[in-house]
Amino acid sequence: MRALPPDFTDWFTTKGWSIHPHQQAMLDRADAPALLLIAPTGGGKTLAGFLPTLVDLAQGDHDGLHTLYISPLKALAADIKRNLTTPVTEMGLPIRIEDRTGDTPASRKRRQRADPPHILLTTPESLALLTSYEDAPRMFSGLKRVVVDEIHALAESKRGDQLMLALSRLQAMCPDLKRVGLSATVEDPQAIARQLARHPDPCEILLADPGPAPDISMLTTEEAPPWSGGGAAYAIPAVLAEVRKHKTTLIFHNTRAQAEIFFHNLWLANDDALPIGIHHGSLDRVQRERVEGAMVRGDLRAIVCTGSLDLGIDWGDVDLVIQIGAPKNVKRLVQRIGRANHRYNAPSKALLVPANRFEVVECVAALDAVLAGELDGDPRGPGPRDVLCQHILIAAAAGPFDADALYGQVTTVGAYAALSRAQFDACLDFCATGGYALRAYDKWKRLVLRPDGQWQLRDPRSARDIRMNIGTIQDTDTLKVRLKRNRGGKPLGEIEEGFAATLTPGDTFLIGGQIVRYEGLREMTVEVSRNAAKKPKIATFMGTKFATSTQLSARVVEMFQQDSWPDLPPHTSDWLGLQRKYSQLPRPGRLLIESFPHDGREQTVVYGFAGRNGQQTLGLLLTKRMEEMGLDPLGFVATDYATLIWGLDAVQDPAPLFDLDALKDGLDTWLAGNAVMKRTFRASATIAGLIQRNTPSARKTGRQATFSSDILYDTLQKYDPDHLMLDITRQEALRGLVDFGRIEEMARRVKGRIDHLRLRRVSPLSAPMFLEMGRVPVKGAAEERLLAEEAARLMEQSGLSQITPAASGTPRWRAGH
Amino acid sequence: MNEHPFMLAGAQLSALGSGALWWRDQSLLCVSDLHLGKSERIARRGGGQVPPYDTRDTLTRLGADIALTNARTVICLGDSFDDLAAARALPEEERLWIAQLQAGRRWVWIEGNHDPGPIDLGGTHIAELPIAPLTFRHIAQRKTSGEVSGHYHPKARLSLRGRSISRPAFLYDIDRVILPAYGTYTGGLRSHDAALDTLMRPEAHAILTGAVPTCIPMPR
Repeated sequence: MRALPPDFTDWFTTKGWSIHPHQQAMLDRADAPALLLIAPTGGGKTLAGFLPTLVDLAQGDHDGLHTLYISPLKALAADIKRNLTTPVTEMGLPIRIEDRTGDTPASRKRRQRADPPHILLTTPESLALLTSYEDAPRMFSGLKRVVVDEIHALAESKRGDQLMLALSRLQAMCPDLKRVGLSATVEDPQAIARQLARHPDPCEILLADPGPAPDISMLTTEEAPPWSGGGAAYAIPAVLAEVRKHKTTLIFHNTRAQAEIFFHNLWLANDDALPIGIHHGSLDRVQRERVEGAMVRGDLRAIVCTGSLDLGIDWGDVDLVIQIGAPKNVKRLVQRIGRANHRYNAPSKALLVPANRFEVVECVAALDAVLAGELDGDPRGPGPRDVLCQHILIAAAAGPFDADALYGQVTTVGAYAALSRAQFDACLDFCATGGYALRAYDKWKRLVLRPDGQWQLRDPRSARDIRMNIGTIQDTDTLKVRLKRNRGGKPLGEIEEGFAATLTPGDTFLIGGQIVRYEGLREMTVEVSRNAAKKPKIATFMGTKFATSTQLSARVVEMFQQDSWPDLPPHTSDWLGLQRKYSQLPRPGRLLIESFPHDGREQTVVYGFAGRNGQQTLGLLLTKRMEEMGLDPLGFVATDYATLIWGLDAVQDPAPLFDLDALKDGLDTWLAGNAVMKRTFRASATIAGLIQRNTPSARKTGRQATFSSDILYDTLQKYDPDHLMLDITRQEALRGLVDFGRIEEMARRVKGRIDHLRLRRVSPLSAPMFLEMGRVPVKGAAEERLLAEEAARLMEQSGLSQITPAASGTPRWRAGH
Repeated sequence: MNEHPFMLAGAQLSALGSGALWWRDQSLLCVSDLHLGKSERIARRGGGQVPPYDTRDTLTRLGADIALTNARTVICLGDSFDDLAAARALPEEERLWIAQLQAGRRWVWIEGNHDPGPIDLGGTHIAELPIAPLTFRHIAQRKTSGEVSGHYHPKARLSLRGRSISRPAFLYDIDRVILPAYGTYTGGLRSHDAALDTLMRPEAHAILTGAVPTCIPMPR
């Protein structure tokens, strides 16, 4: 055991603390090449990560950078700086601590490169930027340790891949670099350890005492939840009652839109005028900071929020977490519950509020999973190649490089360990020449091979563009929303450009908990005025919908197998009982399909339990197959568990529809022209450096000169279908929004065991699907038809139709031709 | 033919779904803002290596319109090349392709702001071209009539039951027509923009390009 130096012991004593066992364990293993600590929030995790650094630096003989701390959030870096500075000042240690994020002033950034602090707190993007400078080797010389905080949050995204690639370069500069990861509770610590360590180094995992089990239950209300929808408006009085009973309550939602609507309804019912705030990623930064400040001071009784509050910032005295809507993912639920009660040995208290009847089942299944300690998650697959392309460009920006050496570094990153040399070379070729079948850019290569075998930028000035393009976070095109005033009113937040495009002056929508009226667009800013309406005309902007995890879906199916459901409220168990009586409940390892006539159409329900995106894709593929088979499908709607398809003819034998190979063939042709692919392409092409990040100023001045990435996508599809970018896009889409993996998983699970029931009428389980939003019409010509209808209506309305020739048909004047 | 007919200064014109303008009485096909060589120019200026297939795609579509109409005259209404260097850097294959399209017909290159000088390709180079009752020029002028121009890359946006469609569009009123950009790598300027709003009369129309050219009141 390594003893704590006397200064430290004294400091712990004056605080009345003693060192936690996991903090001591971290100190003992200070020389391990890689170490992963898994500890609950509030467990002194950060201090555990820094203790070896502080002890080392306390001797005062280290010059320059010693420890690099990386967190997913800028705010977290600032928070940690405060928390670390306290013991360092109180013990009088000779340690300089600074943070560096996108918000740091340029003058300080320059100074940090010339004269780095002992401990630098930063984000993956800022680190990648630092490694792109020619002087990176000098700045990082002497670096001993890297601490990656909240690594579980980074590990799920491309930000983590980018970080690990950057660490591979740091490790090449400083071979003795030690890596430490700090993580919340996760389902597969081994997977994170593999990502953290230099491949194939081992990585020890330390598990801190997880503390007492959470006190978690489902909110029961007098009123039964509705059959469909995600608003949970029925639960408002009960939620308010809970807020009154607790000091500070966090009310989590799965989407920003739901948070806005719920907050609005909460205010309408808030007769005691309890101080309640709203916090989500679309709100203006000033507004968010105000809410955060009020929360830390303890001025707020409740905060309606989304994932933007998920990470480990210390938000003060939260004693209740409420999750509105089924959590969809047990791991996220557990991490959210961890937000309550920061005292190490007090149980966190949480309430689940199902938004509809099916979610009652899902909430109970999630509760079971939490109590059983079973988390969920899907393996991430090989490292994404768009991030690798960016990494190659970053290396080039820093100076000439050797391809063999860079490939060697890249394969020390766990996610890229299996990357073949051919794959690497294809990425390198893409960075150098664009990688097109038509060798068009010989004169204008981005990278050129020097006589000594090193690669370098053809034009050194392009390093600036590469630096400006660093990062993997996909910013959707959003527009700022401001109150309309003479000289720029108060900023309220941001909405997606696509949503803004559907607005016409006079439309009302919710943002930041208030209803505003759309006035117009001015220089890429949405101008609005306050509006006193009770109900917004348009719900609100979009937002990602999570899909229920594979593991949670499986638990739901398991629950269906019970003889009775004492854990479920009667309104829900009766409903399941009816389904068993009139049809049957889905069974594990089998696929239930119901067909029945309803509403003058033939309806088919496929209970695939493949998650929302998977069921959506399944709907698209099945309707395409049905069209080929002459079954005339008209449309479909998907939920996390099932797809409902309606059409003119009844499905007699569904088995041929589920031929996986045929579905896959359909997928290829369908994917090519799909909007999901185009969206994925834009993200990947931006990361890979094919298109420049859309900066606001560029969009303002670009005007008619800029063209959309969809055009590039279409052109590539047409002339170079085997191009690397399309290959990357396809891979990304399949594991992302298309979620074909879930359909394959379903096919494996079912193996052709289909239970097809012909019913006379709607089944109880499928009934809510008829109320679902997001019905997708099957069409091709439909857009043209909608357009023609709308054009005719507009022409009629404007009175222009009388004075112009008919919009279609043979014009009279051609008669004599 | 897939067209939307309209009158300008007594001339019967047709907006084609492709974005080309067809004047049947003169057997004249007019396209604007081809921006040939755009990908080369982007790469030359260090802006990234976008797929280098734009010129062949634009020429393929133009070839199809020429075959469809068998036009005796083709007018390229300016900004035919993304810049003069791009015109000079056009590969031999694409020069031959243009020469083939030109064979047996009158071909006019109107000068644009991107390609203000002469280029070493066949056809007539000219700042503007009057063919009574119309005048063909790159950038619209105020207080004219019977004017056919391009330059602005107009597009129009329309909301349809919650979805929004935005397409390149012709804008016309009794004085002028502004053509959408025909080139593959071109974006658009919304008809709401002040530049277009002040140029067009209140009763102006927009004809959206696409499978069926569709006429609507110009969105503002």
